[in-house]
Amino acid sequence: MNAFNDTLSRVLYIDVKNKKFWVTERKDLFDKYIGGAGVAIKLLQEECPSGADPLSPENPIIFAVGPLVGAFPLASKTVAMFKSPHTGDLGESHAGGRSAVAIRLAGYGAIVIKNASDMPIYVAIHGNKVFFRDATTLWGMGSSLTAARVMREREIGTGYRSIMRIGKAGENMVSYASVTVETYRHFGRLGLGAVFGSKKLKGIIISGKQTLQVTNKKTYKDLYDRIYKEAVNSQVMKKYHDIGTPINILNLNNLEALPTRNLKQATFEYAEKISGENIAQNYLGKRVACAHCPTACIHLANLREQYSDSPYFYKTTFVGYDFELLYALGSMLGIEKPEDIFMLIEEVEKFCMDAMSSGVVLAWATEMFEKKLITENETDGLNPEWNNTKTYIAMLSKIVNPPNAFYKAMAKGVSHAAEIYGGKEFALAFNKNEMPGYHTGPAAHLGFLIGARHSHLCNAGYSLDQSLLLTQDVAPETIIDKLIDEEAFRQILSSIVVCFFARGIYNLDLISQLLATMNINYNTDDLKRIGKEIHAEKYRFKCREGFSFDKLEIPGRLFETPEPTQKINKEFMRAALNYAKEKIKCQ
Amino acid sequence: MSKLSVIDNKRCVGCQSCMFACSRRDGNAGLSNSCIGVKSASGIEGDLTVVVCRACADPPCAKVCPTNALIPKKGGGVRLQKTKCIGCKLCQQTCVIDAVFWNKEENKPVICIQCGYCVGYCPHQVIKLLK
Repeated sequence: MNAFNDTLSRVLYIDVKNKKFWVTERKDLFDKYIGGAGVAIKLLQEECPSGADPLSPENPIIFAVGPLVGAFPLASKTVAMFKSPHTGDLGESHAGGRSAVAIRLAGYGAIVIKNASDMPIYVAIHGNKVFFRDATTLWGMGSSLTAARVMREREIGTGYRSIMRIGKAGENMVSYASVTVETYRHFGRLGLGAVFGSKKLKGIIISGKQTLQVTNKKTYKDLYDRIYKEAVNSQVMKKYHDIGTPINILNLNNLEALPTRNLKQATFEYAEKISGENIAQNYLGKRVACAHCPTACIHLANLREQYSDSPYFYKTTFVGYDFELLYALGSMLGIEKPEDIFMLIEEVEKFCMDAMSSGVVLAWATEMFEKKLITENETDGLNPEWNNTKTYIAMLSKIVNPPNAFYKAMAKGVSHAAEIYGGKEFALAFNKNEMPGYHTGPAAHLGFLIGARHSHLCNAGYSLDQSLLLTQDVAPETIIDKLIDEEAFRQILSSIVVCFFARGIYNLDLISQLLATMNINYNTDDLKRIGKEIHAEKYRFKCREGFSFDKLEIPGRLFETPEPTQKINKEFMRAALNYAKEKIKCQ
Repeated sequence: MSKLSVIDNKRCVGCQSCMFACSRRDGNAGLSNSCIGVKSASGIEGDLTVVVCRACADPPCAKVCPTNALIPKKGGGVRLQKTKCIGCKLCQQTCVIDAVFWNKEENKPVICIQCGYCVGYCPHQVIKLLK
């Protein structure tokens, strides 16, 4: 192929200390590892020195997109990689919004942020130009929405730009602070927001809308139409656009697998109230989409709140909700009313902190207080109790601005706090990352423990629990083999980079055809091999930074609260982990 | 002639499928050749606006073109004669609804020809080709 021009292999390096930027051609990486997660892990290995303090200038931030972004529908995600201040090993987080398309069409396959600024700044990337803007006045603002509005009003690119920003949680380096994109999407979980904060980087705005060349125009259009039709008409995507992921509240509750009140129970008596069905019917205000995704899975609820000082004074806000939020800030805290969950979501959004980790940390603190293992001395005069939204809102604020050592500990996650204050057996975290909302059986929890992504902690485990373990006895080794195979496949999805919701559409054969239109030639065997290599490279980084299978702790609560398969026991879990250790091998 | 019209911008989810479709007419991917725009009025939390050329009967963009590169069409709208265009952007500045888009790679405007290709890719019936 002569003169096929693609800007994917251009990596934009930004040094926020010296306010410098440059572009390096990295065809070597993109040819071997496709893009997205594959390229990001190699860049992270290159840029992050062994043993680096995650909140020091040494820790880089890597963003990477893939070849299909900007070309095909549902290829809408950006992969972020960094050393996580929350777990101390691999930080990987994915977000959509307009970020991926904006990075790709600005002419880059990856962005590397190096060093730390001595003053608050935000970075504006418009095509080939990078600007360092003074963000002193934005630092410390109560709501991240206001900071985003300022950036929006001052910068070009309306309609095709992405705005990433942190809130006070990131500025104050809460270890599970997130970076918010386009108000409703997040680089969540592992503390990318804190890494932004440590660099005094308030945000990044990026815009671009270049052409992407294809090898054969007709084939390209035909393949595009095939995916578009599947995305819009098929049952595969239906569950994401109709009720959305919150459909799982009732599904899991019926299975008796919905973590409730710090997993003291796996059913919630108010599940109907906080269900996706009820919320869609009574609160759904509108739906929005990520760039280049016709699915529009982002569900926004209408929250109407009355001001306490006036009977005829209200405010109305759109609040984004998903299954994981309804679990973490709902059932996990025993919250009975959707409005109360929305108020908690609004609060974590304002500060830009991870909703799942926040909910689990609050749930642990509630149980600690209930068991009198902590008192008002630790809680700074508050009485945490299930379903007490007001107290939880006050506590979130104290986590972000800690008045004492207890809240400082909570700002570093539930494992850290439990290490100091006790209650480890009900501190629900896996390798220090707070649990997601699936108590479906051993496969889900094993997936959380050994997943190489550690972002949503999402993995194939909960479906294995339901499709296999619910009805038959399966050896722990088989579960691990299946989890690792699925993980390797997902490395391909996160390298091209498509949304995991589209995994039912993007099979290896189709991916191979799509890549060919972008002048990248891999057959399905090549793809499988690359998926495994990327998985191994992630583990290489994790192990280098101290991850060890032997150090993995399983919260005792998992063995106490029954789950649907009734197959969780210590022997099964340990046998599985020993096998995983053999199979993955930390080098 | 048919005209591209926004039927209900409140149904728009901001997926940009129309923008990508418009750019894909010539067979390439990306967005540089798109002349339909979706933008938020005040962030994603606000309403989305869909910007399409209204095919004015007496097009202001054509009136300001110093080289007559924009030729008014019967029934409204303009046709761009690329070889005449000097890339001065006067047409873009004149259009009060920002419906003259810009292809930076060519340094020329992108002008809607009311073909309706985008309509086939709107999953929520926001836009329509009206007679």
